[in-house]
Amino acid sequence: MNGAARGAPEKRIVTRMADRLYPTATFIGAIVLWQLVVIVTGIHAIVLPAPTAVIESMTSAFGTLAHNALPTVLAIVVGFVGAVAVGVPLAILIAASPTFEKSFYPLLLGSQGVPKVAMAPILIVWFGFGFLPKILIAMLIAFFPIVIDTVAGLRSIDPNYIHLARSMGASRSKIYWRLLLPNALPHMFAGFKVAMALAIVGAIVGEMVGANNGLGYVLVVANGNLDMALVFATLVWLVVISLLLTGAIEVTERILLPWSRKSRNEGLARTIR
Amino acid sequence: MIEISNVNKSFPTKDGTVVALDNVELDIGKGDFVSIVGPSGCGKSTLMMCVAGLAQPSAGRITIENQQVTGPVTDVGIVFQDALLLDWRNVLDNVLFQIEMRGLPKADYRDRALALLKRVGLASFENKYPWELSGGMRQRVALCRALVHDPPLLLMDEPFGALDTLTRDQMNIDLLNLCEGGNKTVLFITHSISEAIFLSDRVIVMSQRPGRVVEDIRISFDEERKLDIRSIPRFVEYEKRIYHTFRKLGVLSG
Ligand SMILES: Nc1ncnc2c1ncn2[C@@H]1O[C@H](COP(=O)(O)OP(=O)(O)OP(=O)(O)O)[C@@H](O)[C@H]1O
Ligand SMILES: [Mg+2]
Repeated sequence: MNGAARGAPEKRIVTRMADRLYPTATFIGAIVLWQLVVIVTGIHAIVLPAPTAVIESMTSAFGTLAHNALPTVLAIVVGFVGAVAVGVPLAILIAASPTFEKSFYPLLLGSQGVPKVAMAPILIVWFGFGFLPKILIAMLIAFFPIVIDTVAGLRSIDPNYIHLARSMGASRSKIYWRLLLPNALPHMFAGFKVAMALAIVGAIVGEMVGANNGLGYVLVVANGNLDMALVFATLVWLVVISLLLTGAIEVTERILLPWSRKSRNEGLARTIR
Repeated sequence: MIEISNVNKSFPTKDGTVVALDNVELDIGKGDFVSIVGPSGCGKSTLMMCVAGLAQPSAGRITIENQQVTGPVTDVGIVFQDALLLDWRNVLDNVLFQIEMRGLPKADYRDRALALLKRVGLASFENKYPWELSGGMRQRVALCRALVHDPPLLLMDEPFGALDTLTRDQMNIDLLNLCEGGNKTVLFITHSISEAIFLSDRVIVMSQRPGRVVEDIRISFDEERKLDIRSIPRFVEYEKRIYHTFRKLGVLSG
């Protein structure tokens, strides 16, 4: 952690741009290679469509994809928000009440053995086709990391903070709101990031198993029609959606908790020096 | 002000009971600056937690201003070895955390908080965040937080233990300045014998576990307490005496 990191600011900006250049170059290289492989081997489009065919499909099917992206994004977001709305209060209860913890936490941990994606068909039977089951699947799968990380965050405090607050005559609720929860936020955001990635998986699986719209549904239909170009075009949309949604959480964290990254980096820098 | 009578504290552990405090007897007068020195693990922190009402003695009683301590004492300012600042609050709001937790009007204490920060050399730092401060600066903020509500009692558990010698010397001077005039009672725990002598009206020496009070030394100087006082014969005498006690206890050899 000496010479390079302490370089002049201009140098660091150049380094950062170079850092982005490398993956971009690799990405473009891979696409070119892909195109070449398709041309050289003459592989059938049913197996592997050329990148140009995918781009072609993205433009021709733009309307369909855009139209179906909306319900997918909605299912992801509603599922995620639902998971936060249920997961955070549950975590607070678990952290606050030993009785509650003893009665529910082991069951909750045990329930993680159930592969939630495999629950999709059951949920379809219970709630029928449509919006509700895919939201429930997204929620179910996203909810666990939120609970775990929130509980861990609420417990990650040095007990002397609580001693200090008690010597200030603080009420339990004040200790919770002004001390424990803010202190837990960085942990919670770590959970939110994982949860968002899982909510995306959940929503798509839900759409693949039982829905009549959404990108997951488009995926199944295109697959059935052996329209591989459209399958890949849909995947591109899903990648972009996933990057945007996880990015949104990252941005929210940076805006809401500027202290989190900085104090963490500072702590890291101190241990390295 | 504080009466500690016959206090015992033991912890049940899986290898049997650990007796941390054994019949501790100690009276601390109002306005006294009392330091406790003793070998590591002898029960100094435990004693302070009992005085703060954050731990209950297994036997014996502690009274503050003739009130028996049964729950957390709130008429107090506490400083621990870690500054324990809140990363999400700037310096001023960290100091005012004390006021907020007490449900007092923050606006009324803002000026006092700023004045305290100024007195410890942190003027113009009020909008900085903890990660922008050095260890010594953080500890100064913690000190201001412990004093902002003007408590009659200060409890400090090795507050300067993690600081380098130079910063520590400065903090000692700052602390004396802050406590001067105000009739604050201070219970100060330290590993440093010279720090204890420099700051205190009394130095209490504790034995290794189970902790007992083995010596109670009144400290007084004709000279003003400045850093050079540490080399005058009287100061050195006090130091010798405490080292001698530790040697006798077998805590030190040679
Ligand atoms: N919660 C606890 N459970 C079990 N044993 C404990 C507990 N707290 C303290 N002890 C034991 O009591 C003894 C006194 O601990 P204490 O922290 O008061 O020592 P100390 O004098 O402050 O030490 P140091 O100078 O290293 O800070 C130690 O032997 C410790 O192991
Ligand atoms: Mg201690």
